[in-house]
Amino acid sequence: MNSHINRRHFLGSAGALTVSVLLPGQLAQAATFGADKRPPLDPKKLASYISIRADGSAIAYFGKMDMGQGTDVGVAQMVAEELDLPADKVIVLAGDSGTSLNQGGASGSTGVSHGGATLRNAAAEARYVLLELASKQLEVPMEDLSTANGVITSKSNPAKKTTYGELIGGRWFETEVEWNGKVGNDLSMKTRAKLKDPKDYKVYGTSQPRRDVEWKLLGTSDYVTDIKLPGMLHARTILPTVAGSVPTAVDEASIKDIPGAKVIWDKGLLGVVAPKEWDAIKASRQLKVTWSVVKAPFPDQKDLYTHIRNAKSIKSGGSAKNVDPAKVEEAFKGADKVIEATYEWPFQSHASMGPACAVVDYQPNGITTLWTGSQKPHFAGDGVAKVLGLKPEQVRGIWAAGPGSYGRNDAGDAAVFAALFSKATGKPVRYQGMRHEGSGWDPKSPASIHTIRAGLKDGKVVAWHFHSKAFDRLNVSSNESDPSDNLGAQMIGYAAKPGLTYATPEESYAFPVKQQTWEVIPPFLELVSPLRSSHLRDPLGPEIHFANEGFVDEVAYATGQDPVAYRLSLAAEQRDKDAIKAAADKAGWKTRTAARKEMKGDIATGQGIAFSQRNGTRVAIVAEVDVNMKTGKVHARKFTVAHDCGIVINPRLLTQGIEGNICQGLSRAVHEEVMFSKENVTSVDWLTYPILDITERPHEIDVVLINRQNLPPNGAGEGSMRPVVAAVANAIYDATGVRMRQGPFTPDRLKAGMA
Amino acid sequence: MAKRIELNVDGKAHTIDADPDMPLLYALRDDLGLKNPKFGCGLAQCGACTVLIDGQPVRSCSMPVDSIGKGKITTMGGLNANGKPHKVQQAFIDEQVPQCGYCMNGWIMTTVSLLEKTPKPTDAQIEDALTGLKCRCATHASIMRAVRRAATA
Repeated sequence: MNSHINRRHFLGSAGALTVSVLLPGQLAQAATFGADKRPPLDPKKLASYISIRADGSAIAYFGKMDMGQGTDVGVAQMVAEELDLPADKVIVLAGDSGTSLNQGGASGSTGVSHGGATLRNAAAEARYVLLELASKQLEVPMEDLSTANGVITSKSNPAKKTTYGELIGGRWFETEVEWNGKVGNDLSMKTRAKLKDPKDYKVYGTSQPRRDVEWKLLGTSDYVTDIKLPGMLHARTILPTVAGSVPTAVDEASIKDIPGAKVIWDKGLLGVVAPKEWDAIKASRQLKVTWSVVKAPFPDQKDLYTHIRNAKSIKSGGSAKNVDPAKVEEAFKGADKVIEATYEWPFQSHASMGPACAVVDYQPNGITTLWTGSQKPHFAGDGVAKVLGLKPEQVRGIWAAGPGSYGRNDAGDAAVFAALFSKATGKPVRYQGMRHEGSGWDPKSPASIHTIRAGLKDGKVVAWHFHSKAFDRLNVSSNESDPSDNLGAQMIGYAAKPGLTYATPEESYAFPVKQQTWEVIPPFLELVSPLRSSHLRDPLGPEIHFANEGFVDEVAYATGQDPVAYRLSLAAEQRDKDAIKAAADKAGWKTRTAARKEMKGDIATGQGIAFSQRNGTRVAIVAEVDVNMKTGKVHARKFTVAHDCGIVINPRLLTQGIEGNICQGLSRAVHEEVMFSKENVTSVDWLTYPILDITERPHEIDVVLINRQNLPPNGAGEGSMRPVVAAVANAIYDATGVRMRQGPFTPDRLKAGMA
Repeated sequence: MAKRIELNVDGKAHTIDADPDMPLLYALRDDLGLKNPKFGCGLAQCGACTVLIDGQPVRSCSMPVDSIGKGKITTMGGLNANGKPHKVQQAFIDEQVPQCGYCMNGWIMTTVSLLEKTPKPTDAQIEDALTGLKCRCATHASIMRAVRRAATA
């Protein structure tokens, strides 16, 4: 780990970028500090986390980034709060291994809870150091000093004052700090300062504006796709039409009429480069390639769930709270009735707005730069270094806004493609996939089946067993530092290193015996698979809780109880009860013990609730749906969301993030299913992988923020994605009496259920 | 083979030598260095590449560069060329619409065109105009607020 950190010495002294790339924030940094003057990045140095500019404003160096939900603004608020600065006096420079420590990138909704908390500590330490300096300068004890808006004043003699800018502006902190030795999400440092009491917060709880919307709407900064370097080549890949097949012959003469077009072929990796982008695209289409003949790797799509059911299990696990399986079976034996149901969920795609892009400037004797839309630029840089045969300190990974990212999408693969092509050509290379690659070949959220059994005695659950059988959660890891997890690297011979793991539901339902287990099955294709599985926003959360919350609903109705009242009776934790009650009250929950099946003409309307936890965040959602009984089309008209993620830092951005999750979750609920033939994925564009249209939007999303002023922020990036699918399914049941146990909830599935 | 082609983009005349079948998008991005229109699908399915030609929204990824003729092309960046955001851009800024923002050309340019024709659209008219555009981050709630706001600006 240490070598991983020490490399920053090299980067720190490497100087400013010499190419003209206009990324937000760079100007602010350059205007204040020559990059060459900065001490080497080192988690033991306060200067690696924070600095004060000559004008007294602060820069926080964030080893994560914001993917469009305003995480950076939340972090700025946390830093501003501890420094007693207004939020707009804190700049957050994010996602660049040349300027920030590796805080793990965007990962698991930890931007605020982990990354922000660490920078908040750094801010508190910075304020402590500033008070020490002021105490000396003003010759008053530290305890006599107060801070406000970057000014330090003696309480006993207000004439005595100084400012952050005067004390250290434009110079780096020399303070050493104690850190926990962990790289990534868990990296943290201690401060000698006492953190501010939440009752004194001024900046938390205010709706500070986003900082990236203006340039995105005026077009005044670069996305990763917009980066242009002198002499840069454009690259495209040619991927097999039958998954698993590799090129056996390539007719380079077939593209000789295209100016500057060249073939790059290394084992399974086949690409073309050209100085002009359109020429690279033409060459990728025109190149004549002979492919190896392989056995079609996939089953018929209609047999997907049968395949999962019958597949051998290669790894199993479960909740840390599980009990001896014999005790579970004993509890079931004591039941007078056992009910059971199986829920099924397909592969889903990131299908980001554009296919992933990366630019790499390979410099074997200097610093190789990677510009990437990947959520993990530090780790992605490490992966690129390995695949190029460079030392980690020889690659600088810089995040630039990309065409959307909700986990481990195709961005990580683009980075390695660009790197390999840059090395092969000796030129800077911009790689972007085509649509069929972005949808067809991005890592997928794994397909799964979930079987839940409940043992009832006298109308009460005495035993509960939730079991998932699924493809691997991490057939390719979401951490991009190991080329084994990378499509392009697998093509040139890196072996797969599957993670073999899954997950279990998160709630506090108090069944006398509660068992949560999983098993993982082998992939259809071990290497270079368009169905390789990895993290998609709230990994496994939507499908696991579709099953868990669907079955809780089933049990409620089977035992003659109202779904809200039943959940309130089950939830052991008060925060869970509060969220469920808040959503139900705000939505105007209609108590029932059977599906209400309200009809207006051809339209059945219904209301359903679902609840889940996610790393401490609690979300309850009431969905209201209209189901057209003739067409089977579902319209989720309204969502009421009660959201408790601890303290609320920025209510407006939190609300908008929740709205995005509701609509993206709804898209996954009603539309999204990766289709495949025996040969390859056939969901390759927006016609074959439809997503939510503006005409299908919910007309109302009513968000109730439960603010826990004295609790730390738990993270809000994904928690509200989790119960959306279940809430929609439970509302469909209330409207129609049809229990959806397989998604997505398309008209065909609805009609089949109603038949 | 390459052909000399004249383009009028954001009020400026340009001449490029290009494959006449090349989609307009690559002329804008690669030849003219304009970065706003984005490549989303290359299939006219998403709208990320949208520009206006004589006020009409067009998917530049699927429009051969030689088919534009004397049409006047406006890009999203061209809307604020005078240094002042267009009212639609301003409404989207005020509503903090984009997450990744990669799709915004489609929503902005189509809304500009809508409000030219229908200054006070109903929600149904807004949906009619915007249907088919994709936003993968699913900012639909913010988009609707922004279009309504632009219509009252």
